[in-house]
Amino acid sequence: MKTIEVADAVAKIPDGATLMIGGFMGVGTPERLMDELVRQGKRNLTVIANDTALPGRGIGKLVTAKLVAKTIASHIGLNPETQQQMIAGDMQVDLVPQGTLIERIRAAGCGLGGVLTPTGVGTVVEEGKQKVEVNGKTYLLETPLRADFALVHAFLADYIGNLAYALTARNFNPVIAMAANTVIVTAENIVPTGVIAPDHVVTPGPLVDFLVAHE
Amino acid sequence: MDPQTIIAKRIAQELRNGMLVNLGIGIPTLVANYVPAGITVYFQSENGLIGTGPIPEHGMEHPMLTDAAGKPVTALPGACTFDSATSFGLIRGGHVDMTVLGGLQVDAQGHLANWVIPGKMVPGMGGAMDLATGAKKVVIAMQHTAKGKPKILNKCTLPLTTIKPVDMIVSEMAVIAFPHGRATLEETAPGVSVEEVVAATEAELAMAHDLHEMRL
Repeated sequence: MKTIEVADAVAKIPDGATLMIGGFMGVGTPERLMDELVRQGKRNLTVIANDTALPGRGIGKLVTAKLVAKTIASHIGLNPETQQQMIAGDMQVDLVPQGTLIERIRAAGCGLGGVLTPTGVGTVVEEGKQKVEVNGKTYLLETPLRADFALVHAFLADYIGNLAYALTARNFNPVIAMAANTVIVTAENIVPTGVIAPDHVVTPGPLVDFLVAHE
Repeated sequence: MDPQTIIAKRIAQELRNGMLVNLGIGIPTLVANYVPAGITVYFQSENGLIGTGPIPEHGMEHPMLTDAAGKPVTALPGACTFDSATSFGLIRGGHVDMTVLGGLQVDAQGHLANWVIPGKMVPGMGGAMDLATGAKKVVIAMQHTAKGKPKILNKCTLPLTTIKPVDMIVSEMAVIAFPHGRATLEETAPGVSVEEVVAATEAELAMAHDLHEMRL
């Protein structure tokens, strides 16, 4: 784990990269990384996240700046700009049931070849997917989702990258931290190693590649 | 009583002590206002919280304590938080005793459509498909008609949310359940006749043996 300035962290992300971004309607999203992605004008990004938040908040900033070519999300309903760009054909949007999305990410992070879920059977979600019967029940085979980068926001980070989260800001963060080649973290509080008790560490330090220094 | 209050009060009567319950956005959220006295119900918010409490007073909001719409909430004593994989494990794994969801259409067998109007409204399914598929009991809170047209149809014309039938619809006019896979009128709202419910419903309704008026 290395500490890094926010500009240097984002400089590592090339145009066209696939990013997993933590947060649920912007809660638990690394806002400083969003602002810096906009400032550096990254292009043609693929975003994998629960939602695209609202204009001016979280991932919504990337949408407004037209940095996103493709979104894989469960919900875009509260961001009219995402819907406009989708309808205009400027952004490809793959909508995935929320429980399936998080399990596809978890599967990638855990080295699984996919997950079997009953969600989506008999709906448009099953189109093009393999159906598997187990003990008489039908499931969809949903494949793993990986990313080049996971952009994570934690409540506490220690000097070796152990992370703990706050309340509902946890959401996708610890799961995406398992499923990307490079994990970049911002934290509300950076604390000396040992301050987070072992039982309270949610994301183990060795998963984190870069911890963004405070301004 | 306005339609939303009728729906929310009637659904609240389905709550039992100790239940883990997930309420969707809109009318379903109002159910939390009418929890019967003397019972404890645990409300889950699928962004990662059990023990969701009322909206905080002005100035008391916490930016990292929110509901599934991203709005500030409070957490009751005994609340717990978790990641999205656990949250949907609770939902899909059958640990959620009851969910209350909105509906665009429900058909005669209880099939639900509530997530998309192709070409018009494409917000994404969010957690709706997992909730409707995984919760033990699925209750639909919706107005009986939309612009005068029935929403309870022979067959849904909109894309389905799940193939698992819902358990119950509560509208401002009626309670309709699906025993043996068949839409059955169980209760009528105060002042609403059986004929009025039938006229506002496209699906053929069986009549429950103990068909009666809602007790609100």
